[in-house]
Amino acid sequence: MASTLPTCHKGQRTVGPRQGLPRIPPRLARMAELSRDDVAHLAGLARIDLSDAELDKMVGELGVILESVATVQQSPIEGVEPMSHPMPLVNVTRPDVVRPSLGAEAALAGAPEADQQRFSVPRILDED
Amino acid sequence: MTTDLTRASAADLADLLSKGETSSVEVTQALLNRTDAVDGDVHAYLHVDREGALATARDIDARRQAGEQLHQLAGVPIAVKDVMATQGLPTTCGSKILEGWIPPYDATVVTRLKQAGMPILGKTNMDEFAMGSSTEHSAYGPTRNPWDLERIPGGSGGGSSAVVASFQAPLAIGTDTGGSIRQPAAVTGTVGTKPTYGGVSRYGLVALASSLDQAGPCTRTVLDAALLHEVMGGHDPLDSTSINAPVPAVVEAARRADVKGMKIGIVRELTGEGFQAGVQARFDESVQHLVDAGAEVVEVSCPSFTAALAAYYLILPSEASSNLAKFDAMRYGLRVLPEGLDDPSAEQVMAATRDAGFGDEVKRRIILGTYALSSGYYDAYYGSAQKVRRLIADDFNRAFEAADVLVSPTAPTTAFKFGDKIDDPMAMYLNDVATIPANLAGVPGMSLPSGLADEDGLPAGCQILAPAAADERLYAVGAALEQRLLASWGGPLLGRAPELSAARSTSMGA
Repeated sequence: MASTLPTCHKGQRTVGPRQGLPRIPPRLARMAELSRDDVAHLAGLARIDLSDAELDKMVGELGVILESVATVQQSPIEGVEPMSHPMPLVNVTRPDVVRPSLGAEAALAGAPEADQQRFSVPRILDED
Repeated sequence: MTTDLTRASAADLADLLSKGETSSVEVTQALLNRTDAVDGDVHAYLHVDREGALATARDIDARRQAGEQLHQLAGVPIAVKDVMATQGLPTTCGSKILEGWIPPYDATVVTRLKQAGMPILGKTNMDEFAMGSSTEHSAYGPTRNPWDLERIPGGSGGGSSAVVASFQAPLAIGTDTGGSIRQPAAVTGTVGTKPTYGGVSRYGLVALASSLDQAGPCTRTVLDAALLHEVMGGHDPLDSTSINAPVPAVVEAARRADVKGMKIGIVRELTGEGFQAGVQARFDESVQHLVDAGAEVVEVSCPSFTAALAAYYLILPSEASSNLAKFDAMRYGLRVLPEGLDDPSAEQVMAATRDAGFGDEVKRRIILGTYALSSGYYDAYYGSAQKVRRLIADDFNRAFEAADVLVSPTAPTTAFKFGDKIDDPMAMYLNDVATIPANLAGVPGMSLPSGLADEDGLPAGCQILAPAAADERLYAVGAALEQRLLASWGGPLLGRAPELSAARSTSMGA
């Protein structure tokens, strides 16, 4: 299954300081100036087959959003413990006993294609 | 008590039903007739389950006749946001990728409505996967604000706010990830609560951002919200983040409506600049009403709230990009084959399907989230946002040492016109500036109508925020404020909304 948690990012570039704008960290500048190739790469990682017109539109929009959200770095976050969840998380377990669950027919009811009580999917490997 | 069944509150309907002065079938039919008359204009529903609702109503009427002890809200109809899985009823989340999907199971919230004997009228419209503040991002067309059909009903839960504001249902289920219950309530003159995170089960709620999402009630009165909150809430073993404690005493608090001696904190960062004059004026009056009711007002500062929007728009897309990875064209939902390929791979089918099935805003946020989580950027962006989230939670903790509840206007403006912000994502995101901090910290919040803004005659909302697990304070303060506002208006604010399709409504004869 494709992951949307990429482990690499291509297309990193160095960008010099821009005149007339507040000084921002180099990485932040790069982020705000996402290129069309960057967006195409991200769309690939996210498994969305964007058209050329969509890519063109999204580059500009993402640039504006990224510049705005990048301001999180200006908060006094030095040494602050990151918070991933609003409540303390505890692991929840239950007794290991069988309980009612969906039958195969119900589970497959929404499948685009099913065969022999299984999800039928396109090929997942190249043929050669 | 009003005799128009479509305008009656859920509490009044429950009363009439228990006294045998009306039947659930009569109420359900009246609401369905109202939908026939007005929803062509409002478009609050994506799906109406006429037969299912009437079947439940008939069953409840028969059981009541037989003398069975029923839940207080038995027979009172409700609408459900289309993000909640409903067995046998379409659930699209406002997206083409789920068009025609019929879930094989019920969300826990839906199970509880059914256990209480509440007829489910239908599924309400929303921005696709709850991403938006206007319903303009619904793949099935926007919902219109009953106050002005040229204006947005808020979002993402604009269908749920409009359905109660247009008297098609006394109650609706909403979900709130950054304000999607409270902002729609504010711009439609209705009431909405986002409970404490974990207070209502998320099982069967199609996740947008799992650490922020929370379902809650959408109603026309504070007491109705409390009654529905009580039905929806409580521990669920199927949701590992569900709080294992009884539902706070929200109904009792709403009935008591007592704020004497309470400290009400005005959040300095959520007033004044950036808020429409009429919205601010109605908020100031609301504060004065609370003072008149015996509360004490203090000013509190939450300096990190100014960074909440930025943190939210890193955390939400990050979680959403992960949650929406499940729409892979393999097990349910849309499958689109890429053009020009004889034997496409699963990956190519997935990419073609997600391009065809997701709308612009969903794609934008998935790609933004994919980027924020990328190696090399993770610490700088997602990591920084998580630290800001901590600062916001700390701000709340300090503020709640000085005040029992916090108050602010719910949204910076009244309802805007369709198209005004659709091409400017950042302007759209700013609608949630006052509601987002509560989701980041997990604390409960409520919006209730504060009046009409002078400049445009449209509803404004007052937001109340309470510490985690102290949801009952929202209802104590909300009910006290509502009482005084109703007295000053001489009746419900929605009584001043223009009549919808009056001619057609009359000819249908409810």
